[in-house]
Amino acid sequence: MSRVRVLVGTRKGAFVLTSDGKRDTWDVDGPHFGGWEIYHLKGSPLNPDRLYASQTSGWFGQVVQRSEDGGRTWEPVGNQFAYDGVPGTHQWYDGTPHPWEFKRVWHLEPSLADPQTVYAGVEDAALFRSADGGQTWQELSGLRGHGSGPHWQPGAGGMCLHTIVLDPKDPRRVFAAISAAGAFRSDDGGTTWRPINRGLKSEGIPDPDAEVGHCVHRIAMHASRPQVLFMQKHWDVMRSDDAGESWREVSGNLPSDFGFVIDAHAHEPETIYVIPIKSDSEHYPPEGKLRVYRSRTGGGEWEALTKGLPQQDCYVNVLRDAMAVDALDPCGVYFGTTGGQVYASADAGDRWSPIVRDLPAVLSVEVQTLP
Amino acid sequence: MIRVVLPVHLRRLAQVDGEVALDVPGPVTQRAVLDALEARYPALRGTIRDHVTQQRRPFIRFFACEQDLSHDPPDAPLPDPVATGREPLLIVGAMAGG
Repeated sequence: MSRVRVLVGTRKGAFVLTSDGKRDTWDVDGPHFGGWEIYHLKGSPLNPDRLYASQTSGWFGQVVQRSEDGGRTWEPVGNQFAYDGVPGTHQWYDGTPHPWEFKRVWHLEPSLADPQTVYAGVEDAALFRSADGGQTWQELSGLRGHGSGPHWQPGAGGMCLHTIVLDPKDPRRVFAAISAAGAFRSDDGGTTWRPINRGLKSEGIPDPDAEVGHCVHRIAMHASRPQVLFMQKHWDVMRSDDAGESWREVSGNLPSDFGFVIDAHAHEPETIYVIPIKSDSEHYPPEGKLRVYRSRTGGGEWEALTKGLPQQDCYVNVLRDAMAVDALDPCGVYFGTTGGQVYASADAGDRWSPIVRDLPAVLSVEVQTLP
Repeated sequence: MIRVVLPVHLRRLAQVDGEVALDVPGPVTQRAVLDALEARYPALRGTIRDHVTQQRRPFIRFFACEQDLSHDPPDAPLPDPVATGREPLLIVGAMAGG
């Protein structure tokens, strides 16, 4: 029977949750790296026992950890993220030029094609790649250098490259998203890049449909249909049917079109999930009700999924990297909250239950489906 | 031998218990001790000082002999009790944060 492994990054360590294919009882292993912020963990699709973790601290900076045994043991690998050439400047909050400074790794994305290759999205926003399993990192500087980089500005959470989506059908195509710059695409393996933000409208910037400056929170893709992208923006849920060339809003009947996570069902490309959050700045569920919204029409029409989720007095947030799906049938859906709960549904969202409920604030959730 | 006391998180990262004893060739300075420490425990590179600039990370402090040496030049000699191994160099994470 298949097994499921859920990798949870929190403000105070990493946790590895495991279950069999029924997904009704769970073992919790951790904390690993207790006391450190674990922004993200992810396993290689080619070698699922190889995991990477971004371990970071205000005191001690960035560490990258690698496991070869599914998270039981770890070893630190390379943590030097040097910007290519003269780093240059981006805009600071006061409008002045500010030098690019590495702060932390937000997201690690192992290659779909080569088990030794892994990408890292970092703050201040840049994309790095390692071809030796994380021992050394080289910046893919065409992203920062494509022209708009000096005009990027940090969002409230920092100027982070938080989303990396690899095209499973075209190994040369890579998508990345940056707060608060927008979405970008490379068609040559990360050498050259261009913004793909046509159709986005953001009221918080001087020119609402500017080429860059949009606060994209997350992008999701279904592996069978990589030209279709779904986006949760600061406000608005968006969809592209042409690999980001143009976007249209599909927020439909959501109670709030603000949120952080978005993900696609493992087997139904038109089924997607978001968790509406109230904003400006409240950043908790509307009406204190934690609801996942599911669309079976690729956006536009949404249904609230509430069974097993708190429907009163719930004021947690669900951060951008904290939702994932497994590959079982029915599809399992998982998300973690800033209140330390990880909720799971083993029936594509119909019913939910907490698989662990008193962790530190959850920063990220990834799921591996194992043989 | 030069004695170094690491904060608990760096002891875990370096997989050491208690004090670290280092053989430091030449003049015993902050830079020489940190060079020897990072050579012996490569996982500590970047966690105490920047990889490139070698600047001390802001929330790290260097104490010895009841003195704060954090702002001393990296090539200044460390106090004689540290250089002779009678006192340890304390690498300290600032008490701050949540």
